[in-house]
Amino acid sequence: MKSAAIAPGDVTRYGLGLAAPLALVFAVFFIAPLAQLFYLSLHNDAVATVWGLGQYVKFLTDPFSLSVLGATLLLGAEVTLLCLVLGYPIAWLHQRAGHWLQTVIILIVLLPLLTSVVVRTFAWIVILGRQGIINSTLQSLGLISTPLRMLYTQGGLVVALAQVQMPLMVLPLITAIGRIDTNLADASASLGAGHWRTFFRVILPLSMPGIIAGCTLTYAAAITAFITQSLVGGGQMLFMPMYLYQQASTLQNWPFAAAISIIFLVAVLAIVALFSTLGRRARINGDAT
Amino acid sequence: MAGGAEAKSLVLDRITHRFAGGTLAVSDINLDVKGGEIIALLGPSGCGKTTLLRIIAGFIGQSEGRVIIGKDVVDALPPNRRAVGIVFQNYALFPHLTISENVGYGLAARGVDKATRRGEAQRLLEMVQLGALGARLPRQLSGGQQQRVALARALAIKPSILLLDEPFAALDKNLRLDMQIEVKRLQRMAGITTLIVTHDQEEALSMADRVAVLSHGQLEQFGTPSEIYDNPQTLFVNTFVGTANRMKGTVIAAGPTGARVQLEAGGEIIGRAPKPLRASDKVVVCLRPEHLHFVSDESGFAGEIGMALPLGATVVHEIRMRDGQSIKISQARTGDTSLRDAGATVRIAPLGPGLATIFPE
Repeated sequence: MKSAAIAPGDVTRYGLGLAAPLALVFAVFFIAPLAQLFYLSLHNDAVATVWGLGQYVKFLTDPFSLSVLGATLLLGAEVTLLCLVLGYPIAWLHQRAGHWLQTVIILIVLLPLLTSVVVRTFAWIVILGRQGIINSTLQSLGLISTPLRMLYTQGGLVVALAQVQMPLMVLPLITAIGRIDTNLADASASLGAGHWRTFFRVILPLSMPGIIAGCTLTYAAAITAFITQSLVGGGQMLFMPMYLYQQASTLQNWPFAAAISIIFLVAVLAIVALFSTLGRRARINGDAT
Repeated sequence: MAGGAEAKSLVLDRITHRFAGGTLAVSDINLDVKGGEIIALLGPSGCGKTTLLRIIAGFIGQSEGRVIIGKDVVDALPPNRRAVGIVFQNYALFPHLTISENVGYGLAARGVDKATRRGEAQRLLEMVQLGALGARLPRQLSGGQQQRVALARALAIKPSILLLDEPFAALDKNLRLDMQIEVKRLQRMAGITTLIVTHDQEEALSMADRVAVLSHGQLEQFGTPSEIYDNPQTLFVNTFVGTANRMKGTVIAAGPTGARVQLEAGGEIIGRAPKPLRASDKVVVCLRPEHLHFVSDESGFAGEIGMALPLGATVVHEIRMRDGQSIKISQARTGDTSLRDAGATVRIAPLGPGLATIFPE
């Protein structure tokens, strides 16, 4: 309401000047390479001399390629869901906690960001491996006789990725939940709503911006997490980043790798767009009873 | 709604609350509110009035004492089972719901079907003169309109008690008076027992049937606005409600309800004493600016004009007494009221005996 005092025209004029340096960086280091990538993908042969849509046709008619894409998108969905389910209560607790506990929660949430992805990933290998912490504990307790297979499984990978990407979910959630006026929950209660109704009718719809931001970030990070996917997933599971790497680096098929990139990018953008559309709809129909 | 269920009484029975750190928020508060009354809880910030409101609403469980609504002790009931309507200071409208959905929220929580809810919300919105705005979102409304919505939302659940937390603090002065009249009208119409928490004495005196003045978690006085203003029982009430000049002195002679005091500023004064006094007690004498006048004879006490403030309907002079204290004197502005020059020597005296109130120091 306060911003109404500034005419929209002024905002644009100042905004353009201030945004120019970053815009330039984006143009040179992001837009231009992307354009080059697209240009490369429009060639039918490996040395990029013959124009055509052959690479796209090849990918979209190849069941193996499509299954890699599908597996990657599914992996992202599973990781995002797990992060949301585990992360929301943490963000909620942060909102309700005292100052001291809030600091501790933030520290714990941020801690994964302060260690290298490689280190974190190897930690998961130590935890999930055949002679890892979980297996040796369960065996010494006599609960299992042979080690469980957790490393190189979809479940193990989802858990490891969820841990690695958790800050990307929790931080936007903390911000969004922190912005919700605490009086709203009191108002809801005084009007006769129980805890669950208050949560689903008031708190959840109002945390939607944080949920969308968190899901988008987590999703994008999970499906492109090359190191964790490769090390915890192992050689038997192939996801888009590794597929792309093999095509470009090992097989030197640059146009096909470029086409994979473009298809991957479009698929991710489509899903991000879906997230925000769903979120917007949830906000509009807050009272959907 | 008029002529509906009989308005419920509210009794606070020896309410004491300590915060987690051990700080005493309110101490031994007894209030007996009759059905349909408007009560103001008046006090400066930190006096415990908001804590009291949150205890009545059920957001805080008091350390000791009982809250009784009608014939029921409600201490064991959570906020959502107390049927206490609240209008929050910032209105706390649900920003993602339309005005109509906001008003219908309490009914939805009670399982009322959508069509009935819409109709009831519309009826309430028309009652607060916002019938055409049901489809808007709260942020599209002005402050005064948002407050009407908050009121309609609280009334929709047909509460037994209505609590208003600093309801007019966020409104500008002209709108505030309109809303005060509006709230009083709606309260009379609905006949709901109402508690207003406020730090604004004018608001408390104009809106409430009875006013409870709180200070440091203690109930200082509970009475009608006239009793509070004309017959304050404590020094705090006398100085917090309205303005009062405070003059130090020593009791010369004391009776059961009054005393004669020698003032340090010179002169003697006779006043009421709410608490019994004895001769030679050190006291504070409170005298309201409108209970003083300039005199031309030798009665009263001498001083010199410090400043003259023409405040519209009244004229206030600040007078420096001989002992260095300053005293305000307020006169209604009539045709011949003139401002006096600074530095002029004057004598002032109470308009009559018994207008001063005397408290132990």
